[in-house]
Amino acid sequence: MNALITIAAKEIQQAIRNRWVLAATLLLAGLALSLTFLGSAPTGTVGARALDVVIVSLSSLTIFLIPLIALLISHDAIVGDMERGTMLLLLSYPVARWQVLLGKFLGHLAVLAFATCLGYGAAAVALLITGSSFDGEGFAAFAAMIGSSVLLGAVFVAIGYLVSAVVRDRGTAAGLCIGLWLMLVLIYDMALLGLLVLDQGRNISGGVLSALLLLNPADAYRLFNLTGFANVSLFSGMAGLAASSTLSVQALLTALVLWTLVPLACATLAFSRREL
Amino acid sequence: MSATVHIADVVKHYGKVEAVKGASFDLAEGEMVALIGHNGAGKTTLMKMMLGLIRPSRGTIAVLGENPAAGEFSARRRLGYLPENVAFDAALTGRETQAFYSRLKREPVKDALALLDVVGLGHAVKRRVDTYSKGMRQRLGLAQALIGRPRVLLLDEPTTGLDPELRQTFYDVIQKLAAEGTTVLLSSHALTELEERAGRVIIMNRGLKVADGTLDELRRIARLPTRIRIKVADLPPSGSPAWLPTATPYRRINGHIVEIDAAPDEKLDLLRRATADGSAVQDLELIPPSLDELYAHFLRQAERPQ
Repeated sequence: MNALITIAAKEIQQAIRNRWVLAATLLLAGLALSLTFLGSAPTGTVGARALDVVIVSLSSLTIFLIPLIALLISHDAIVGDMERGTMLLLLSYPVARWQVLLGKFLGHLAVLAFATCLGYGAAAVALLITGSSFDGEGFAAFAAMIGSSVLLGAVFVAIGYLVSAVVRDRGTAAGLCIGLWLMLVLIYDMALLGLLVLDQGRNISGGVLSALLLLNPADAYRLFNLTGFANVSLFSGMAGLAASSTLSVQALLTALVLWTLVPLACATLAFSRREL
Repeated sequence: MSATVHIADVVKHYGKVEAVKGASFDLAEGEMVALIGHNGAGKTTLMKMMLGLIRPSRGTIAVLGENPAAGEFSARRRLGYLPENVAFDAALTGRETQAFYSRLKREPVKDALALLDVVGLGHAVKRRVDTYSKGMRQRLGLAQALIGRPRVLLLDEPTTGLDPELRQTFYDVIQKLAAEGTTVLLSSHALTELEERAGRVIIMNRGLKVADGTLDELRRIARLPTRIRIKVADLPPSGSPAWLPTATPYRRINGHIVEIDAAPDEKLDLLRRATADGSAVQDLELIPPSLDELYAHFLRQAERPQ
């Protein structure tokens, strides 16, 4: 347990030194604030609550940005330390490999959580200051959005570790991670859409569609945020899908947690079998 | 003396490449052992197996009574390791690095930081490691290896690229530890500096242990000639000195020095003859075979049957 905390603390310290924390926080805060102000400008007249609009636009932003940041931090974690030679020394200490991996995971997740909470929190504060109304449901939706964004980050940190534990050099890890990001964040949805259009509802049932959506963590995250709360789903244009969707909030969250745990377990396995 | 490291019939292959083909030896407390061999002879692989970083394909290894690859860590807390080309996380300072490693070993951070002064890094502890020179990194590497008073110290090429003054500090620190009962195993290419320090030498060649013993033992086994230099006052300009047996090859140096390569059993006889001759001998120098020569000899011997 002690070793876990020690390793996590070192990862956090390194991330602060390397200005990862600063860069990620500023990036997320900057984009969140600009979306908040641009997004809330036209809503006053139609009486929509700005918060819901912000949640819709922020979660769309998150789908692109958080996985990218998570993969950038994580793809280097194992193969990079091996190439630099620091892993050899670390593993000669009384720590198990799973402790190294889990410690790094906790550290990286803390960095990501910090950046997300602060960056998106800034947007919430900006809304409060500009006098937007905040009711309980809106607040819950916002908190759920931040929480699930961190969870999405965890998913991609775990995926990055798996890549990092399996490949031989850093370049391959970076390439594979970019490929995975493109695949899961962009191509998957387009392919799915194309498939649905071609199929015209003949073969692909609602159940199959749900399964296909759960197979991509980015989609699970999107559905969770855009359909989870009634007001939000109205603005996101997803109300129709939400009504027909058979996926419960619990199922979506479970999918995200599994998407974290399974790659993390595979990464641990691959790492512990690896010879230095 | 009890064995701290026990290695029996250890074989390690990576795919088809046999890195270690067979090695057995015990290391005792307080021993300072030099592990020598050319690149790829299996030195680093042996050390990694002692650390449990890789598993032997066959054979058994016990370090401080534990199988290092079994996943138990009580032995590792009493083990220090300095890898070849040691690397640290560049963004941390020397002090932070040392504190990190001492926490992993569950040793008091204060004691670990004091080691930075011991290795002469006291002035640079607040600087980031990426500003360190090669020598400073190596000092930090030694400092982390010394955390928690290790009972076994594994040093992989610790002095390559270090200036002579730093080498001296290095060996001073290590010898002090060995005197207190730590087993020190160090691999190196710098044979001449090991010669004076290592109590025992293990020579590896292509994954096989080809020699093992104290320097004197190895000299006895190798039966390499001792070089005898005799300064003679009235050496005739040509022709061999009268006391020299006729068939013995010799060299002349500077006109008045005779150099002879004497086999171990001829040595005393030759000296007796030379000194019995009367006044001719002015000075006499005996040069036993150096570690370099022994190393070359054992490698030649190992290569011959193949």
